[in-house]
Amino acid sequence: MDPNSFRTVIGLEVHVQLKTDSKMFCSCSSDYADSEPNTLVCPVCLGMPGVLPVVNRLAVESTLLTGLALGCHISSESKFDRKNYAYPDLMKWYQISQYDMPLCGRGSLKISLDDGDKQIGITRVHLEEDTAKMIHSESRVGHKVSLIDANRSGVPLMEIVSEPDMTSPEEARVYLTTLRNILLYLDVSTANMQEGAFRCDANISIWPAGMDTGDVKVEIKNMNSFRAVFRALAFEEERQSRVWVKTGQPPEQETRGWVEASGETVSQRSKEYAHDYRYFPEPDLPPLKVTDHLISSLRSAMPELPESVFKRLTECGLRSSDALQLIDDRPLLIFFDEAMNEYPQPQRLANWILNNFVQELRDSETNLASNPVAPRGFVELLQLEDKGHINSKMTAELLGRMVSSGRSAKELVAETGGQITDDDELQEMVSKIIKDNPQAVADFRAGKKQAAGFLVGQIMKATKGRANPGMVNKQISKELGV
Amino acid sequence: MTAHEASGLLRKREVSSVELTEAVLGRIGEVEQSIGAHISVTSDLAMKQAAAADLAIQGGAVHSLCGIPIGLKDVLSTADVETTCGSRMLEGFVPPFDATVVGKLREIGAVFTGKLNLDEFAMGSSTENSAFHVTRNPWDLTRVPGGSSGGSAAAVAACECMVSLGSDTGGSIRQPASFCGVVGIKPTYGRVSRFGLVAFASSLDQIGPIARDVKDAAIVLEAISGGDPKDSTSLHVEVPNYSEVLGRSIEGVRVGVPLEYFGSGLDDDVKELVLKAIDQLDDLGAKVVDVSLPHTEYALATYYLLAPAEASANLARYNGVKYGYSDLDSSDVNDMMAFSRARGFGEEVKRRIMLGTYALSSGYYDAYYLKAQKVRTLIKADFDEVFQNVDLLVTPVSPSVAFPLGDRVDDPYGMYMSDVMTIPASIAGIAGLSVPCGFAEGLPVGLQMLGPALSEPILLQTAYAYEQEAKVSSKAPFLDV
Amino acid sequence: MLDRDTVSHVAQLACIALDDDEFSEMRSQLAQILDLFESLSLLQTDQVEPTARVVPLELPLRDDEAKPSLSQDQVLQNAPRIENGHIVVPAVLTDS
Repeated sequence: MDPNSFRTVIGLEVHVQLKTDSKMFCSCSSDYADSEPNTLVCPVCLGMPGVLPVVNRLAVESTLLTGLALGCHISSESKFDRKNYAYPDLMKWYQISQYDMPLCGRGSLKISLDDGDKQIGITRVHLEEDTAKMIHSESRVGHKVSLIDANRSGVPLMEIVSEPDMTSPEEARVYLTTLRNILLYLDVSTANMQEGAFRCDANISIWPAGMDTGDVKVEIKNMNSFRAVFRALAFEEERQSRVWVKTGQPPEQETRGWVEASGETVSQRSKEYAHDYRYFPEPDLPPLKVTDHLISSLRSAMPELPESVFKRLTECGLRSSDALQLIDDRPLLIFFDEAMNEYPQPQRLANWILNNFVQELRDSETNLASNPVAPRGFVELLQLEDKGHINSKMTAELLGRMVSSGRSAKELVAETGGQITDDDELQEMVSKIIKDNPQAVADFRAGKKQAAGFLVGQIMKATKGRANPGMVNKQISKELGV
Repeated sequence: MTAHEASGLLRKREVSSVELTEAVLGRIGEVEQSIGAHISVTSDLAMKQAAAADLAIQGGAVHSLCGIPIGLKDVLSTADVETTCGSRMLEGFVPPFDATVVGKLREIGAVFTGKLNLDEFAMGSSTENSAFHVTRNPWDLTRVPGGSSGGSAAAVAACECMVSLGSDTGGSIRQPASFCGVVGIKPTYGRVSRFGLVAFASSLDQIGPIARDVKDAAIVLEAISGGDPKDSTSLHVEVPNYSEVLGRSIEGVRVGVPLEYFGSGLDDDVKELVLKAIDQLDDLGAKVVDVSLPHTEYALATYYLLAPAEASANLARYNGVKYGYSDLDSSDVNDMMAFSRARGFGEEVKRRIMLGTYALSSGYYDAYYLKAQKVRTLIKADFDEVFQNVDLLVTPVSPSVAFPLGDRVDDPYGMYMSDVMTIPASIAGIAGLSVPCGFAEGLPVGLQMLGPALSEPILLQTAYAYEQEAKVSSKAPFLDV
Repeated sequence: MLDRDTVSHVAQLACIALDDDEFSEMRSQLAQILDLFESLSLLQTDQVEPTARVVPLELPLRDDEAKPSLSQDQVLQNAPRIENGHIVVPAVLTDS
């Protein structure tokens, strides 16, 4: 069996925590990130005797919106079902989920690869609830225990299942980043993998050339970053090909967990229990009718998606790479768009934002949301340069000071002075510098052209960058007689 | 004394709620030893509520249930009051919230005298499945009061409270009401909010009143009915003034008598009493016709597939983790959960969970659960068809009178048979009630009336007309109230 | 008669630890009750839609508004074992 003749078949299941104020079936706050354990819990999400679920409208609309963005078929009737299994982190021992009538059916997602675009099929998008959090610990007397915090129990989860259309770990990675970006643009989730708002499980199998794709596949869990997904799938490709070569058979159908530390997947034998979920329609919730009216109002409220943003940006003259960079950082894109309203010079804006602003934010460890520079203030800075009040070196430096001090460009320039453009003033400075640096002058006359640059540098230093570089150059050339 | 009579006295200040409540608590003290209708008596709470009710009454216009002692089946979540569902699994469990109906009654100013005994988790027909003790029929202490709301029916019959709330899934209000000679109503599915009713079978459960006469039952029904944003299966339809229709003539009301309910399993004396009652309805001007509900014979099997299936999921939450009985000895979590359930649940409950789990399991779902859902459609269609031509149906409630304690405990199937006449209405979600129609062997017999969805007014009107005409004594033994 | 493996499997799914006596009794009682269902299998229901609910209802939707929750004490007041604000169970074995 030729290992190079295998083809890989990958499907991905993504669970997305929806950005809602309240939980899926009750009104507890779903903002559990920094909360004390068991403080965002009510009888419903704790699964107390006698409680009943009430569906969150925004969660339904967010799921439908996602389905529309993915071109999914939207059913006119949908329902919830009970998925029954016994586990301590599941409060009712059934999860209210969707089985055979999900909110969204078949759709597709276009991904851009190096060798062109590819459509990845979406099987379905449905809505369900999250489980409680369980952490492992030791009791005071040294027994191994599990600690349960129900704050997360009942938070809305949207499950997006792809068709097994991906053929490489790279395609899987691109699928995930593309999907994640759409979710950010739809503003339905923070989609932050580190915070658990975006979780991915993968199914992977490999098949020799000439053999039809069979049903056997291996499920991979516990991948906590896109990079982990890539590495885990690459590992599996390798592992599975070794099994084929050795046995001539596909590997065992099982669930394996990714171990980040050792860079391998390991069999999860403890998940042996039968996955007989005994699905049946949730009797506490009547079916949901999705009207044409709802669909059209969601469609008209659909935010701009990455693909059309790219088109718009490149059509107004922005470089593709810059457009992609902005698209990947939606808050930055929003900043850019707002600035564009007052200052329609896309490439100039993009240059300053992507080359300077981003770095300044990083240096001062501020994120865009909490930084003091607003698009208007940013535009003001560039306009000062356009009018000649400052030079580009000053612009860069001022930007840094604006980010750290919160003060406006105008304010800062008024304080330290604008660009020095007065001929007389400059001439005075240049004369002084030339007088103070005879060696440099001598060097220049001896043929070392860079000595002139040194002299310019000295002037810039003395004026704290405020001298107009072009005029300084001219002046120095004049003085040196060139 | 009925609640409406008491209410009149309270408003006229001829008696206070505190006096009334003290009298009731005194009665409980006297008879509870023999009857065992209560799991807990909430005297402190009752006295506080009675005092508050008296203040409210002094202050002006109050609801007719203000100051009235009411018992609650211990399957209704009552804030800060132990709610056991008749099970070891929830012994000591104190919920932090009220069921919606409990909240409504609290707000009205009703007085909660106690939590009433039931078959564990409402599963049973005799209250013998309670983990704590049996309840005895006030008419004959060697007999069962019926179930699962046996405590609720016995307490009302023995005047241990003026009215009570029970729950009905397959007949659990109507059958004990019949066995104890009191009135019981199973409202249309969705008429009363289920929020806070510990779920047995979600698509069948309903809370309803048990009272000594139709008028009391109507007043309580009106107080607890109504749509609830916390219950997505509740009907947001206006609640009529149920008392208003009482006293109206039933001339021309079309009454159907389904032949399938008068078959060979029915005791002769019960049959005789029911037929006599039907004659009386005829005398009152009702038009009586024979009808047929052909799928009746499949109702029992359908019920015993659907109810346990839903119950198996509803009772899964009782596993020793977050509340309730927990096996603290196990060091393995799966053992802990499995033993908590083995020891916390009684036999009938375990049986039904197993049955339900099986009916839903892979490979059996189509043959059992799905099949039962389809037969349910046929059973409901029978009723829809018949109600095109009649306004209500009249049948016996149960094939026999109250049977002796211990008679059917080892015969689950025999036990299930006592519900064969109440089950079809539950499956169809229609309204039903039981009103006393006489005595056989000295034991009460109930007359069942069934009507289409939201037909409570016509049922109450007819039941009232019959009650006033037949004047069947609801005076329970050893009382002179 | 239901076979032992089936009863055992169902008990496992239902997570109830039946002792030997219970197991035997359960096995025969369940078989008895299952006989009840034979009658259903004789009914022709191919063209019949299943009824999941008896009164036609539309799903009500709730506005997305966070409201106060129970206090931690209220959440934990009925818990069999608690530690540091958490509900405690014997360790659930995982594979990492």
